[in-house]
Amino acid sequence: MTDLTKLGVKAIRDGVRDGDFTAREVAEGFNAAVADAAALNAFIVTTPDHALAAADATDTARADGKQLGPMAGVPIGMKDLFATKGVQTTAASHILEGFVPPYESTVSQNLWDAGAGMLGKLNLDQFAMGSSNETSHFGNVASPWRKQGTNAAMSPGGSSGGSSSAVAARIAPAATGTDTGGSIRQPAAFAGICGIKPTYGRCSRWGTVAFASSLDQAGPMARSVEDCAIMLGAMAGFDPKDATSLKMDVPDWEATLSADLKGKRIGIPREYRMDGTSDAILDSWEQGKAWLKDAGATIVDVSLPHTKYALPAYYIIAPAEASSNLARYDGVRYGLRDLPDGAGLQDMYAETREAGFGDEVKRRILIGTYVLSAGFYDAYYNQAQKIRTLVARDFEQAWAQCDLILAPTTPTASFPLGSLDDDPLTMYLNDVFAVPASLAGLPAMSVPAMLNPDGLPLGLQLVGKPFDEQSVLDAGLAIQNRAGFDHAPEKWW
Amino acid sequence: MSVDKEQVAKIASLARIRLSDDELEHMVPELNQILGWVEQLGEVDVEGVEPMSAVIPNALRLRADEVDADPKTGGGRREDILANAPAAEHGFFGVPKVIE
Repeated sequence: MTDLTKLGVKAIRDGVRDGDFTAREVAEGFNAAVADAAALNAFIVTTPDHALAAADATDTARADGKQLGPMAGVPIGMKDLFATKGVQTTAASHILEGFVPPYESTVSQNLWDAGAGMLGKLNLDQFAMGSSNETSHFGNVASPWRKQGTNAAMSPGGSSGGSSSAVAARIAPAATGTDTGGSIRQPAAFAGICGIKPTYGRCSRWGTVAFASSLDQAGPMARSVEDCAIMLGAMAGFDPKDATSLKMDVPDWEATLSADLKGKRIGIPREYRMDGTSDAILDSWEQGKAWLKDAGATIVDVSLPHTKYALPAYYIIAPAEASSNLARYDGVRYGLRDLPDGAGLQDMYAETREAGFGDEVKRRILIGTYVLSAGFYDAYYNQAQKIRTLVARDFEQAWAQCDLILAPTTPTASFPLGSLDDDPLTMYLNDVFAVPASLAGLPAMSVPAMLNPDGLPLGLQLVGKPFDEQSVLDAGLAIQNRAGFDHAPEKWW
Repeated sequence: MSVDKEQVAKIASLARIRLSDDELEHMVPELNQILGWVEQLGEVDVEGVEPMSAVIPNALRLRADEVDADPKTGGGRREDILANAPAAEHGFFGVPKVIE
């Protein structure tokens, strides 16, 4: 029999539906692969029983002749930022260690309703703050990829690094991710997989641990564009419990997926050609243009003049929102409480937050508190919000000349864990190409393009107009068909 | 603009995070590096530009004026709400004494 863990979402779903294998066989295969991959540290907790129960429900429904959901029989990894009823949800923090939600997030519930099961809760950067998966309270996640000729543990990217590592290692056919400033796209690029952040508001934020609410968006991470289209369709949808949820129908992205780009204009933003971008990245970008041209698209040069300011503006806006969102962790209602003998309420807050938050989280809360404080609000926060308007306007003006934008996902390939430890700023620069689309709320996807000379994956990024996930996925498919990226990391774990 | 140790201590106190002297020493140059870097935003001409309030235009909705319209966000779930509390007592959240 074929090794079922080699299969993706579509192949599993169709195979279960057609009776080639049972959902239970699939779940058992992936449960075993997860148990065998502890060295990656991709999961914070595993939930083999959840995966088996969902699989049995699918097998029973099929035997009863019932209609199966779009994710029926597919066991997935769930980023540990989504509240899952009865299963510990930590955001990879100490302050939420042991927190067991009495409710299910809308996105995870949508996936269970579509027939998916859960292999476990995936590790991430603490509160989704990080680009390398080195800020988790539960330890670093290792990428399954290694630089040619070395054994150094490489970064799977972040913050959805447990997700990217698990999918690339074939211990999960797909995983959820969340993207605030690149947290789906950058890890997808580092791990040689696909990941899409939809238009802001497509996926409900209800039950997702909040980082920066005006930016946070959930999305799928999987090994193919088709799989992303299927899973995004299952995750998205209007939710009355989220005030920023889009009241729009979810298109059938899978059914209308087409790699024919005739008539599409692809914009190449000149400001993305930055100093310090590696030659291999620039080569992959050129190759991407050629592939899209071959698919029938025309290539046009466009300008996004405020690109340079997007990242610093993000590092004011996101910490500002985080400082407000994370004020809720106070040791009163849930999570950690650190109450020294004889201490009062204020001491309890300060001690709890000192013990419960990691260094990067503290750094961002302090930055956020500072830029929102009296006397600095206008100079920092208001200025950043005005620049956010300008970044969004750049895209609106570009849409007069093009339908999609093609750019690299990241300025470099993955780096060894620990190599950027003392340098928060260089770490932040990982998201320089990802953040502008986040600030503008646009759908954006990373698709694997090729390996660099070190044998590490490189991704290409597609950014679309608001609500036009279809064109993003279509262009992603055109690249996928031509790149023929079928590299998999060699198993060492 | 840059911050000194005293200012960082003030920010940390506003954010209700205790920082040891050692952590404060660490934090000062790190925050100054980041603040120095975001300074470049000051060179952008924002004359007449409105700060962004909503990234995707979306009207705020009204819900029906009904108690417990959605049981997930309605009331009557005291046990669920207290289930994760570090010190639930008599159906309430327990905290250290705040009134002498």
